[in-house]
Amino acid sequence: MSYSPAVDDNGLPSPNYLSSEKGLWSWLSTLDHKRIGILYLIGITIAFFLGGVFALLLRLELFFPGQQLVGPDTYNKLFTLHGAVMVFLFIIPSIPAALGNFVLPLQLGAKDVAFPRLNLASWYIYVAGSLFALYALVTGGVDTGWTFYTPYSTSSNTAVISITTGAFILGFSSIFTGMNFIVTIHKLRAPGMTWDRLPLMVWALYGTALIQVLATPVLAITLALLIMERTLGVGIFDPAMGGDPVLFQHFFWFYSHPAVYIMILPGMGIISELIAAFSKREIVGYKFVAGSSLAIALLGFLVWGHHMFTSGQSELASAIFSFLTFFVAIPSAIKVFNWTATLYKGRISLEVPMLYALGFLFLFAIGGLTGLFLGTLSVDIHLHDTYFIVAHFHYVMMGGTVIALIGGIHYWWPKMFGRMYSQFWGVVGFILVFVGFNVTFFSQFIMGSQGMPRRYWDYLPQFQRIHGISTVGAMILGTGLFIIAIYLIASLRRGTIVGPNPWGASTLEWETTSPPHPHNFENQPVVTGGPYDFNKPRV
Amino acid sequence: MDTTATFWLPTPSSTIAGEIDLLFYVIFYLTTFFFLLIVSLATYFTIKYRKTAENENDPMPFVGHSRLLEATWIIIPTAIVMVLFFWGFRGYLRLSIVPAEAMQVKVTGQKWFWSFDYPEGASTVNEMVAPVGRPVRLLMSSKDVIHAFFVPAFRIKKDVLPNRYGVSWFEANQIGVYDLFCAEYCGSKHSQMIGKVRIVSEQDYKVWLESASDLGKGLTPVQYGEKLFQLKACATCHTIDGSSSNGPTFQGIFGHEVKLANGSSVTVDENYIRESILVPSAKVVAGFQPIMPTFQGILKDKEIDALVAYIQSLGGK
Repeated sequence: MSYSPAVDDNGLPSPNYLSSEKGLWSWLSTLDHKRIGILYLIGITIAFFLGGVFALLLRLELFFPGQQLVGPDTYNKLFTLHGAVMVFLFIIPSIPAALGNFVLPLQLGAKDVAFPRLNLASWYIYVAGSLFALYALVTGGVDTGWTFYTPYSTSSNTAVISITTGAFILGFSSIFTGMNFIVTIHKLRAPGMTWDRLPLMVWALYGTALIQVLATPVLAITLALLIMERTLGVGIFDPAMGGDPVLFQHFFWFYSHPAVYIMILPGMGIISELIAAFSKREIVGYKFVAGSSLAIALLGFLVWGHHMFTSGQSELASAIFSFLTFFVAIPSAIKVFNWTATLYKGRISLEVPMLYALGFLFLFAIGGLTGLFLGTLSVDIHLHDTYFIVAHFHYVMMGGTVIALIGGIHYWWPKMFGRMYSQFWGVVGFILVFVGFNVTFFSQFIMGSQGMPRRYWDYLPQFQRIHGISTVGAMILGTGLFIIAIYLIASLRRGTIVGPNPWGASTLEWETTSPPHPHNFENQPVVTGGPYDFNKPRV
Repeated sequence: MDTTATFWLPTPSSTIAGEIDLLFYVIFYLTTFFFLLIVSLATYFTIKYRKTAENENDPMPFVGHSRLLEATWIIIPTAIVMVLFFWGFRGYLRLSIVPAEAMQVKVTGQKWFWSFDYPEGASTVNEMVAPVGRPVRLLMSSKDVIHAFFVPAFRIKKDVLPNRYGVSWFEANQIGVYDLFCAEYCGSKHSQMIGKVRIVSEQDYKVWLESASDLGKGLTPVQYGEKLFQLKACATCHTIDGSSSNGPTFQGIFGHEVKLANGSSVTVDENYIRESILVPSAKVVAGFQPIMPTFQGILKDKEIDALVAYIQSLGGK
């Protein structure tokens, strides 16, 4: 091992970013992208826990028909908060702001992001926006659904204004992170780090950042208009005041469809890293995989109307949106086929992160392929607003993004904290999450195509058995996630200390110490080859 | 396609359902094939090329990138999705273009019930009746927020908007009773906004239409009021057993004084009931939200008379 032999009180390499400064204030005032990444990780974990508790309450209520735990009004608030917290507080910042912040400068061979102060400001804005959302929660909740469709949201007497203000503020956090990453990728690459030597995680974060910067302002404007309508009575969306509710849907999805790609693209980036590292092979079709990230980012702006096939938009608009939607299938297929091909003649080790990568392949394939049912106009008319949609986007968002996030956390955990978690519990956690997820959500495809509408507090008796199965799945899934949280936290103290590169991975972040030096690298790294050259000498 | 329910889809009961189900199953088998292809290849590679004690330190072999393979998995999916697009578009046009000879029913959605008005004068709530084998054009609008008209057995769904008409249509090909759901979230009782579509023979339809145009025939006002209490969905929010729901109970209120939200009070008499049906927000009982929709234009005078008589019959002074 060639890294510095100096160690701190905990036996970890010294100096490192965790122990170089001490005290709460050193964290709250830090400009270090690694520490800001950890701060985000804490924030999104709390949000995920909250959103997850809401989800479990929803599933328990749906265990049997009729009232189990909560009445319809509470149920409506729970699904609204589940959606809003998971989308705005958890999944959008999850991979880019938490893992991306930590990993991006390391993978580029940079000392930090381009604007460290802006980076810290983003986190504070995230906290401020989250507090507004929590304020909505404690002042009676919101019952509009996370989509805030008008005129329901204009007339609802719940805390619509505080939660939309929260989402408005969170948008700025997202825009600032995106801007920061774009400039960092353009300007702070290490000597020799040409565009075709960027790790695929960086390409994915780049595509994500472009969407964050270009799409998020539209959400901010839409929510501002909604707030104006409610407070000042300016008629924009509410027909009672001369507005048009379908206009809101266009505005909302113009952001929220690209936002889906803000959520999934960085997950795809993680999967590229994991498959390369645990197959010991360069990702097949590097340029196609990198290019497909940009293609998805671009196409994401052109397909929003596919959320509105039944809304009353013109038939011609629906036809054009359906046509364009199918093209999203192509770059997604390119990625999946190239990942699968990378396994060919690789040297595959089934470490915990790789289990998540293979799990992603399985779940994302289902999530992506079921999108074909929904892009097809005549079939979507039947499936729209049923549990089929709920299942589809949970397969993409949770089976895709969250599985990638958990895989990424397991992959970079030893880099972040210098310690390894329990492999045994890692496998147990994965199996419970994978099985629980499929039981929860595959059953929802069936009830959806059978006609079960979404956002229903109660349901007809023919759906009882399948709702029961889904709830059992959710309990298994919850148990798995709980176990993962326990062993990861336990590893912070008890985990065995690892060297710089426990996985034998090839990208730059593995060449520095674990946990890394406060300035990332002791010497400026110089890049001489591609990101996935597994035959070059290892440190 | 056959006419029974399958694992994935409910019994197809409209002329268009067969075509949509066929496409559903084409996509189902296609996606199942690609899913199995990816998963079996990944599984096979993972087992065959796993790391072992022997190969651990070997240098990694150089595996080239096949442009041909890359092109294959771009071109084949593109061709497939284009076929799906045109096929789905064709079905969508059929769903959108109403046959010229269709009969029309006006559908109104409001929190939280459906009402149906027939050109012949019949008017129903939460139950639509239509003849088998005849296309029915649905002209739809909402009185408040967005709802959606969804009949799974017919494979049709359309949003019902407050500021414009939506149009959908179906032609049922099987006699039966089918679920009608509201598929666009609309608040507290969204999941109770469930109706039925009853498909009957042409002959039964004629008989029904005649009697439905005069619902109160042969009934006393109280019996008629009781029937309307169910038919017009009063029962969604009001009980007759004294328990509280979204609105006050009807048991034992007639002739009594009730406290209003604005602090004053009012005696429940014929005029108060009439006003509360036509202008519900005028005098809201304390402890309840002003959420009741107006029934102006939905209930005729004779029907209001019957409801007053019914509420009077539920006790009070």
